[in-house]
Formats: sequence, structure tokens, C-alpha cells
Amino acid sequence: MIGASLGAAAYERAPEISGILAGAGSVEDTRPALLSAKADAILTLSGIGIAFGGVKALSDVGLEVKSGEIRAVIGPNGAGKSSLINIISGLYHADHGKIAIDGQSFSRVPASHLARLGVARTFQNLALFGGLSVRDNIASGRVHTRRASFVEHIARLPRARREDAAIAEKVDQTIAFLHLEAVADRLVATLPYGLQKRVELARALVAEPKILLLDEPMAGMTATEKAEMAGFVRAARDRHGVTIILIEHDIGVVMGLSDRVAVLDYGRKIADGAPAEVRADPAVIRAYIGTAEAEDGEGI
Amino acid sequence: MAVQALDAARLPIHWQKLALPAALIAVAYGLIPAYASSYLVEAILLPFLALSLAAVGLNLLTGYCGQLSLGSSAFMAVGAFAAYNFNLRVEGLPLAATMILAGISAAGIGVVFGLPSLRLRGFYLAVSTLAAQFFVQWALTKFGWFSNDNPSGVISAPHLTVAGFSLDSASGRYLLSVTTVIGLTAVVWRLVNSATGRNFIAVRDNETAARVIGVPVLRTKLLAFAISSFIIGVAGVLWAFTYLRTVEPAGFNLDRSFQILFIIIIGGLASIRGAFLGAAFIVVFPLFLSRLGAFVFGGLFDSGVLDMSQRIVLGALIIIFLIAEPNGLSALFDRLRRRIGSRSS
Repeated sequence: MIGASLGAAAYERAPEISGILAGAGSVEDTRPALLSAKADAILTLSGIGIAFGGVKALSDVGLEVKSGEIRAVIGPNGAGKSSLINIISGLYHADHGKIAIDGQSFSRVPASHLARLGVARTFQNLALFGGLSVRDNIASGRVHTRRASFVEHIARLPRARREDAAIAEKVDQTIAFLHLEAVADRLVATLPYGLQKRVELARALVAEPKILLLDEPMAGMTATEKAEMAGFVRAARDRHGVTIILIEHDIGVVMGLSDRVAVLDYGRKIADGAPAEVRADPAVIRAYIGTAEAEDGEGI
Repeated sequence: MAVQALDAARLPIHWQKLALPAALIAVAYGLIPAYASSYLVEAILLPFLALSLAAVGLNLLTGYCGQLSLGSSAFMAVGAFAAYNFNLRVEGLPLAATMILAGISAAGIGVVFGLPSLRLRGFYLAVSTLAAQFFVQWALTKFGWFSNDNPSGVISAPHLTVAGFSLDSASGRYLLSVTTVIGLTAVVWRLVNSATGRNFIAVRDNETAARVIGVPVLRTKLLAFAISSFIIGVAGVLWAFTYLRTVEPAGFNLDRSFQILFIIIIGGLASIRGAFLGAAFIVVFPLFLSRLGAFVFGGLFDSGVLDMSQRIVLGALIIIFLIAEPNGLSALFDRLRRRIGSRSS
């Protein structure tokens, strides 16, 4: 349906991806050596608490993310996963606690400086710019590197042209990396949902972030699209060494893809560790009881 | 199959975008000055040009940056009165400098009244821009200095000269107007096709995402207010100096602001061409209606009836447009062109 050139990418990765989806068994050997070499924490949350009108969305949550790892945060609906990612990206301000990003400590992360701190994110519900083409959407991910003023843009002065050229090159690389060539000049609003999700990933990746926050990147996707997306996420880490924090509902995907998994339930962290450990944890089974098997199989 | 359907949505190629404006510029400088009657110029082209420019300015703010404003008429008034005063009080100031300074004055006022946009959105912002509308009209009436102590606050256009040539004739004023409009439209065209223009669209389409990726949202909004008000201010100068020649503050009332908003809604939001199509429609439509009314009803169709029927028909048309073609005349135009193109090929 989407087009042969896009489908080809999935086939290319098919063996690798089916390995991931098969379960946690193969995780140990696919984890790169890179991790142990750079095991320092790039992001640390401590004692994070936030309440919305008396409802505690998060209480005393701590999370440590090592450089270069894929760190998943899972939990049932309303567990506080999205609140956590919104606090890291500065859209919510925590009532308690500290966030340390790459050595800098904040009680409130300044959202407008997020890109310059080396953090990029995607949104659970698409947050693309519908009136721009795919290429322009992706290019907007590097807007924090621009210095030229609007006058330089109108007059197309050298600095503005230089910035445009530099960004266009990065955008082309990202488009090639995520196999978006066929749709690069289309208005993003005309694309199917799965591709829009991928454009959003591209917009985050083009910023060359140190930390990438993915808020349910596979929500609402078909099994094929999920496998493709998992492949892209893994490739982004392996090729560029970006640290990834992944919020996901679909436990099956998470177990295969992540290095470590934290589990939230009712705003508290109930488990944290390697996928196999977390999966066997009685508290996690209790939190997911009755739904764990169904979600594992079908990825609801 | 899906791929082919999406192909139609592909963005138009560059040269196609340029061909039509080039042809229009040829008409504007070649055919019209040579053949147009002074009635056509004075009653249709001059208001059309001034309103088009104001609509281009408002479209930048509302269509591209998503900030709803009902203060356009106030910014036109600021431009007109500022130009009048600069011309009056600064000896030997060239006309171009007067117009630029008038635009800058309007931009300043625009930024001040754009500050609420940092907190307010949509209808709430629109209501706060109404403050500009009432404040400016009040200040221009209250303080005689603005109209050089004219008892009724009326200002008259000065002699228009550029490099020693008088532009006071109808065709002179037309050339001044058309040159200004083409020049500023070209600037806006470059702007909306630049990274700054894409920041405007990003802020409009998803402010949160724009902020997170590093678009300076506050600065972008204020810049949109500034550039938009600059252009609307210059449009106000054209309105006062080339079209009406004598204006009073009451002429820049809320009706005019709504008129400009209707132009961009009818013409098409976030489309430069839409501003021109909408303005043409708004200017030509009442004339067309009065001719039609006189033809059908004869003497029964007096100016009172004309005014009423104009409002009724225009209101109905806006509702029809909002339902049937939310993207305005500009999208309609595109659809027609595609249909003609597919038939001929």
C-alpha cells in the first residue's frame, strides 16, 4: 500500500526484527559493546513528584539513564509515563525532585532550550507541522542551529544560504536513513499515519541529539510498521550512539528492544532492571495481571 | 494506487509559481497604464491594491502564523497618520522614507498589541487586538496633534513626488501604489518561503512541538506582528494617500478590520494569491451587485437597498465559503487550473 521502496526496508531488516520480537532471549547478545565503554549516566531523575489537582501522577520517581542505552519506561494506562517524559522535556514542571541532563542539574527543564541541551523528542499524538512538506518538517528539527535573522532570510544573504545548505545536507542524510525519499516533497498531512510517525522520528533525529525521548513511537501502528520502527530506533542508537528513552505500551516490542526497563504503576516505580528480570518480577506481573499475556502477544 | 493519489498533493514546482505573477506584473505596468480609464483606476484598482496589501499583511499574521487579529484597521490608521505627520513635520523627507517610517510606526504599535499573543490564543487574542482598534481610533480623535489640529481630525494627502516627478494624477498614484504592492509582496513571498516563514507555520500548526525543537516561539510571534503591522501600515498610507486622499480616524473602524479578515478568509488563508483574489472579490462585488440590482429592479434599487443586500449576500457567501471551500478562492483557482490542465493533456 505504502510503496515498494518503503517496504523493501522492512524486508532487509526482517530477520533482525523477528529476532527482536521473538522475545527477551536474544537481547543479551545483541547489546553492543559501546554500552560498557561509556557507562556514565547522561540523564538522572531523582525524587520526581508531580500532582494535577490533588491527583498524584508521579511520586518520588528516580531514573538513571546511561549514555548510549535504550531505556524503556513501561506501565499500564495512567501510570505516569507521559508525565515523566513531559517533565524531562520541560513541558511539565515537577513539584519535587531534580533532573540532571548531561551534567547540568535542573528543577525545571527549560523547554525552549531543550534542543540546545541535546534533547529531542517525539509525541504520543503526532505533533507535526501539517502545512509543511516532509522535508521542511524534518529541517525544522535543526532550527536551533540557525543564527541568521529574518532580514538575512529575505535577502538570501550568505549566512542564511550557508545555514540552509548545511541543514539541507543533514536533512537528506536523515531522509535516506529513514527511507523517506519517496515522500520527501509531499505535504506531511497527506501521508498515512505510520509514515507521519516516521517523519516525527526524523525531525527528532536530524537534530543529532544526545538524548532522544520517544513517547509511544509505535502506538497505533501495524505489526509490520512496528517492526520497521523498532529497526530504525535500534539503528539510530547503533549508528549515532544516541541515548534513547522509550515510553511504550507494547511490552513485546520493549522487551526485545531495550537494554533496561523501568516499570511505573500509579505514579510509582515498581521495578527497574534488565528486561528478563523485570518480566519475572512479581510486582510487575501483579500490575499487568490479566492483561500482560494479551499485550505481549498482540501489542495493544 | 495510494501513491498516485498522493502525487496530486505534491507541492507545485517553482517556475509554475513564477509564471503567473510575471504575467500579472506585465499587465500592471504595460496594459493598465496605457488603456485603463480613470474610473477603473480610481474606483477599483486603487482600493483593490491597498486592500490587497493589507490582506497580504494580515495573512502573514493570521494565515501563516495563526494569530487571529481584529486590529488591522488600527494599524492602517497608524500608518496613514504617521505618514501624514512625518511628511508634515520633517522637511524634505522623501516619499519612500515617509512610507517606511510609517510602516515602522505601525510595526511598533503592532508589537505592543501583539504582546498579549504570548499568553492568549484564538478568540481571546482576537478580542485583545480589538483593544488596538478602539485605542488607536480614540487617540487619533482625542489628540489634535495627530491631525495637525484639524477640528474633525481629517487629514489630507500631501503632494506625492518621487525624484521630482509628481504622482498626483490618477495614473501616478496607480504607479506608486502598484510598485509598493509588488515590492512588499515580493518581500513577503521571500519571507514565507524562508526558514522564518517556516517558523511561522510551525508556531501555527503546533506551538508545543515548535517550542521543543527550538523555534523561539515568543520572538516568532512578535516578529509576525511586527512585519504584518508594517505591511498593513504601508497599506494604510496607500489607502489614505493614493485612494481616498482625505481620511478621518472614523474611516479606520472595526468594519474595515473585518473586511480585511473576510478578504483573507474568502481568498484563502496562508496564501499570498488568496489575498489578491479576496480583495478583488470584495472590491468588485459591490459594484457588480449595484449594476445587477439596477438592471433587474431599475429605480427601486437605491443605495440603501444596495448596502443591505450587499451585507446579506456577502454574509451568505462567507458562510458558504467556510463550509464548501475552507481554503478559499485560492484553492478553487487551483482546482480549476488542475481540471483545465488534465483536460488539455
